[in-house]
Amino acid sequence: MIWKEILIRYGELSTKGRNKMDFIRRLRENIRYAFADLGHLHIRTERDRMFIAIQDEAQMNVLLAGLPKIFGIQSFSPVAACDKDMDAMKQLAITIMDTFKHEQLTFKVEVKRTDKTFPLDSHSIQREIGGHVLPQYQNLSVKVKHPDVELRVEVRHDSTYMMAQVIPGAGGMPVGSNGKSLLMLSGGIDSPVAGYLMMKRGVRLEAIHFFSPPYTSQNSLEKVKVLANELTKFGASIRLHVIPFTEIQVLIKEKVPSNVSMTTTRRMMLKVADKVREEINALAIVTGESLGQVASQTLESLTAINAVTNTPILRPLISSDKLDIIEIAEKIGTYETSIQPFEDCCTIFTPASPKTKPKLEKVEHYESFSDFDDLIERAVKNREVYIFPKKEQPTDKFADLL
Amino acid sequence: MKVNTIYLDNSATTKPYKEVMQTFMAVNEQYYANPASIHAMGVESNELLMRAREQVADILKTDAKNVLFTSGGTESNNTAIIGLARGNTHKGKHILTTEIEHPSVLESVKQLEKEGFEIEYLRVNAQGVISLDELKAKIRKDTILVSMMHVNNEMGAIQPIFEAATIVHAESRAAFHVDAVQSFGKLPLTFKGEEGPDCITISGHKIHGFKGSGVLAFQKKMQWQPYALGGGQEFGLRSGTVAVPQAVALSKAARIAVETMNERQEKYRNWQREIRAELEQFGDVVHILSTPECAAHILSFSVRDLKGEVLINALQKYGVIVSTSSACSSKQTKTSHVVEALNIDEHFKKGVIRVSFGAHVTSEDIAQFIQVIKKVMMELKGELLL
Repeated sequence: MIWKEILIRYGELSTKGRNKMDFIRRLRENIRYAFADLGHLHIRTERDRMFIAIQDEAQMNVLLAGLPKIFGIQSFSPVAACDKDMDAMKQLAITIMDTFKHEQLTFKVEVKRTDKTFPLDSHSIQREIGGHVLPQYQNLSVKVKHPDVELRVEVRHDSTYMMAQVIPGAGGMPVGSNGKSLLMLSGGIDSPVAGYLMMKRGVRLEAIHFFSPPYTSQNSLEKVKVLANELTKFGASIRLHVIPFTEIQVLIKEKVPSNVSMTTTRRMMLKVADKVREEINALAIVTGESLGQVASQTLESLTAINAVTNTPILRPLISSDKLDIIEIAEKIGTYETSIQPFEDCCTIFTPASPKTKPKLEKVEHYESFSDFDDLIERAVKNREVYIFPKKEQPTDKFADLL
Repeated sequence: MKVNTIYLDNSATTKPYKEVMQTFMAVNEQYYANPASIHAMGVESNELLMRAREQVADILKTDAKNVLFTSGGTESNNTAIIGLARGNTHKGKHILTTEIEHPSVLESVKQLEKEGFEIEYLRVNAQGVISLDELKAKIRKDTILVSMMHVNNEMGAIQPIFEAATIVHAESRAAFHVDAVQSFGKLPLTFKGEEGPDCITISGHKIHGFKGSGVLAFQKKMQWQPYALGGGQEFGLRSGTVAVPQAVALSKAARIAVETMNERQEKYRNWQREIRAELEQFGDVVHILSTPECAAHILSFSVRDLKGEVLINALQKYGVIVSTSSACSSKQTKTSHVVEALNIDEHFKKGVIRVSFGAHVTSEDIAQFIQVIKKVMMELKGELLL
């Protein structure tokens, strides 16, 4: 095996002054967490990059597949090493450049000679290696300024290091470096995407889901659990709070005129969510709301719903088009799960013509005839909490059949 | 007189594995709900269906959503060829295939020809293999589909599908369909980007699964026109209630086929060599169509001026079951198009016999088969052999 280590370049971290060490530490922990199956990784951190030592090919493949999902990484490169001997170096250069044989590319060799006792100087090394690689690949041409590929060679004291591939990372910031928020997770297409975007900005998430049996099925709850679990792929565990919401929804249906019932339902959900947020010490609430998508997501509706709390409500999708949201959902792998057609708390009691411009004073007036507070307390108290990723694997009942 | 039956017609169909039959029964017992139903039972059988789909997808190295369960090889071939052709007329109307394909491919392209598509056939040499140069010469910018079998069902010739795929993808925008009914579980076959097929046909009953079950798998989402219309099952690409038991059984048979592939291949190769050595003893009375480069599980040969049927009946008397070159065409009296394409001596065209091995064949069976063939040859062609 030629591979020695993977070099990781930090994303925006490089620009952050005093908190930098915290970010780096956070990123290192997240990497360890994501690859816990690989055993203890040997990670060396520097001011603006990080190195993961590679033991074997299998470990390398797991890392290459998983690193693009981890936030806080600008790009990474597999680094190879060989003896400090020109023949070995030429051979290694060929092995590395083989990755690029399928496309027309411009390229150059960049040499750094840390070990000044090495008989050839940088220029000669550059000429020798470039002269060896170029004739072997018809698709490469030399370009000194901004080439597509830069084959970097560094002759250090222990051996020669070489890399060429620069694989883009997920960008963003390490999850957890920007505090914690509570995500309202409905099971639709938008909310998981909103969660993902917040995680990308370094926010640790817990999620809340409103469950109204028997009006909503076990399937819709399973679906949300799958979505919560999907989001943990981006490098952090997620707690899911499932709120028994039937009582409240039934009361709303009975007491509140149908055209504002939807607004009231949303307000009650937000009240519940705010109480849970307080209990778990989260700073903000995240929703998948996107302006004008449905009746509850007009500016008037958002205002009327938002009136129940002063907590910051973060709406990362507020200005996104549905198609762009779907594109992200497909990319992060939540789309297929989201589109399973199960009734959820948002769809069961939908009135025929909900008000798109509810008046706050009217909504408050209708709500004032019933006492929701006890029910809200009870719902918060009776919630069920699930932790993802699941620790123990459930037994596979289908194993014998396949 | 009770004779022990030796079944050597595994290219026509195979006996299902015991484990596969158990799976089939268990799924029918416990997970009979319609996977499209939204109740808990439906959800459960849908989960099982997804697992079966993922298992096939993993074997072929594609995504589960690119694997469709069909009623078998014929449906998969029809769907792939007609669907891909009709769905891509904006790119062209030129289709390439080979002259030795299975009828389910040939009849599909004939149908397309009636609809105004231009069909060209690649020729094969005496070994039954196409020429990559001819493919290069015949492929055009407006070629939209190339369909090629991996292993020929009548004599076992292996086509260089990976080299062909590379040419097809480099020279055109065509989709490359591979009929892998005879090769799956016998030769390594996966999707490999530009260097492999875009679309693969598999049949359940050729790999010790059930008749009436098959797979059509794609490398990625492609443009094609489905023709089974209705409830939009299988991602809207093949309507009709999904036969979950068949699908799960096929998935299991596929797993076993791939896991046992190497050891079975070695066995088949040895048997093929033994039988070939025996047949060569008959000198120019016997012509062997399957070259040593052919697939290990098929050995086709022909006896001078002897009708295939006569030989089959004679072997059957001693309990040996083989077929003429293809079970599909065995009831017809005309020479098969594959045998015609190989351009062999007239004296050998009438009597091509195909011996094909499967997982249940034993070395004792092969030893006995060799005894029987010697006996039968003496009975029928003694005057030429002495």
